[in-house]
Amino acid sequence: MIENKGRPNRLGVKGWLGGGRWGFERYLYALHRLTGLALLAYFVLHIGVTSSRAFGENAWTSAMGAVKGPLFSVGEFLVFAAFAFHAVNGIRLALVELGFAIGQPIEPVYPYRTSVDEQRPLAIGVMILAAILAIVGGIGFLK
Amino acid sequence: MADHTVTSEVVFRIRRFDPTTDADPHWEDYRFPCPPGMTVLEGLKQIKESLSPTLAWRSSCRMGVCGSCGMFINGRPRLACNTQVSELESSLITVAPLPNFNIIRDLVPDLTPMFKAHAEMQPYIIRDDTREQQQPTGEYWQSPHQLEQYLQFSYCIKCGCCMAACPTCATDPVYAGPMPLSQAHRYSSDSRDGGFAARKQVLSGERGPWRCHFAGECSRVCPKGVDPARAIQLMKRQLVVDYLKLGKQKCPASIAKVPDGVKRREGIPEAPPRTI
Amino acid sequence: MRDQRLWTWHIGAGAVILVLLGLHMTVMHLDAIVRVFNPAPGEPVDWANVVARGKSVFFLVTYVLLLGTALFHGFYGLRNILFELNPGAPAKKAMNGLFLVAGLVLFAIGTWAAWAGFTVARSA
Repeated sequence: MIENKGRPNRLGVKGWLGGGRWGFERYLYALHRLTGLALLAYFVLHIGVTSSRAFGENAWTSAMGAVKGPLFSVGEFLVFAAFAFHAVNGIRLALVELGFAIGQPIEPVYPYRTSVDEQRPLAIGVMILAAILAIVGGIGFLK
Repeated sequence: MADHTVTSEVVFRIRRFDPTTDADPHWEDYRFPCPPGMTVLEGLKQIKESLSPTLAWRSSCRMGVCGSCGMFINGRPRLACNTQVSELESSLITVAPLPNFNIIRDLVPDLTPMFKAHAEMQPYIIRDDTREQQQPTGEYWQSPHQLEQYLQFSYCIKCGCCMAACPTCATDPVYAGPMPLSQAHRYSSDSRDGGFAARKQVLSGERGPWRCHFAGECSRVCPKGVDPARAIQLMKRQLVVDYLKLGKQKCPASIAKVPDGVKRREGIPEAPPRTI
Repeated sequence: MRDQRLWTWHIGAGAVILVLLGLHMTVMHLDAIVRVFNPAPGEPVDWANVVARGKSVFFLVTYVLLLGTALFHGFYGLRNILFELNPGAPAKKAMNGLFLVAGLVLFAIGTWAAWAGFTVARSA
């Protein structure tokens, strides 16, 4: 690594979150990370809980009984909402990061229209889809 | 700042840091009348002339071409010379050095790591025909469409605004950053270039585009419309296609030779003499 | 080379998860509309329905496939986030080892449970 001159001035983790003057995709990026971490944590627990199936009906029923109640219902709804967001935003990211939906390179003429603007309708579309999925799925949890 | 046609008072709140006397940077306010059409750079010059002669920053061309005066102005990386005070719609202008770079003094960031990463990307045409490169016999073929594939990325002035806006650069010094990566793609997507395999040595590893998650900030702040985010995504596609072996091997463009035995049409003037 | 390979598989795994987890969510949470995977009355998590699905080789295979791809996708994502905090080369090496072992252990537990559940359901 090159020898560093001067005083370090990296923004640190708060630079991930941005805020203030940053754009829409910056928030999607932060939320994608947060939901990803939450889903991984849930997934590891989920493997543990559902593995009780191997020990037969009683073990399964008691494991399911341990995760019942309004608190778990709300928690499960949050996991489902996180899944809905992470899944549809993931579709957008997979498309965009493989170079689709961002437009072709063009001669930049002011005011510039960037790849971020090109994929904006897609970003808004998938967020609407995520909201619909979270609401439809949520009805099942909150009934 | 509603009326942009009259002189009005502004406050420049500047992040000051002198490594010989200060432990940490601090804010200092400078109040002065701002005539219509004043840029932030002119404001800084005004302060240096009449209010604080020790203020340090880096600038040169004062017309958005050299890329020296990238600064963090009112919460966004911008070129000081390219930003009118009136367009900020505020009588309080905050000016700080570009984040994600070390501060040398006041508004002067240390851009060395960025330029080192840029050099690592081998930002030049790489070809096998060394002889032709040293003793050129003609031009390389390139269609307008092929030109368009990289032209946008070649407008980069290396000001570092994208690096200051990038969330990954906020924590990770290993990631090369938007500027070096977009410049790597500028050459990899040039039809005259055959250096993709050489650049892949760096790009397929930790310094490559894999830490980009399309927060889109680099493209939003770029003062030249270079759109580094587009270059990085297209580069990822190129690298994935390469890994999955889906693409065809492309040969770099050949030389456009003057055809032999063809009579020149009358009335067309001779080409000027060669300069190389 | 490593990141080019891992990232490509990360995206590929994401696509597989999208299909399989979509199916899983349809089975578990859209049971009011799609009854075919839940023949017994009541909730999809009732034992009778678990047994009904557990007998199927299709569910066994897709569960194990989903387990593997989701573990890879999740741990690669976590590794990415932690690596971006610039922990230094030795810590990165340790994390690589840790996530590989954790992923394999969880995969082994899940696969064992899926197989044991399959045999339990067959004998029930």
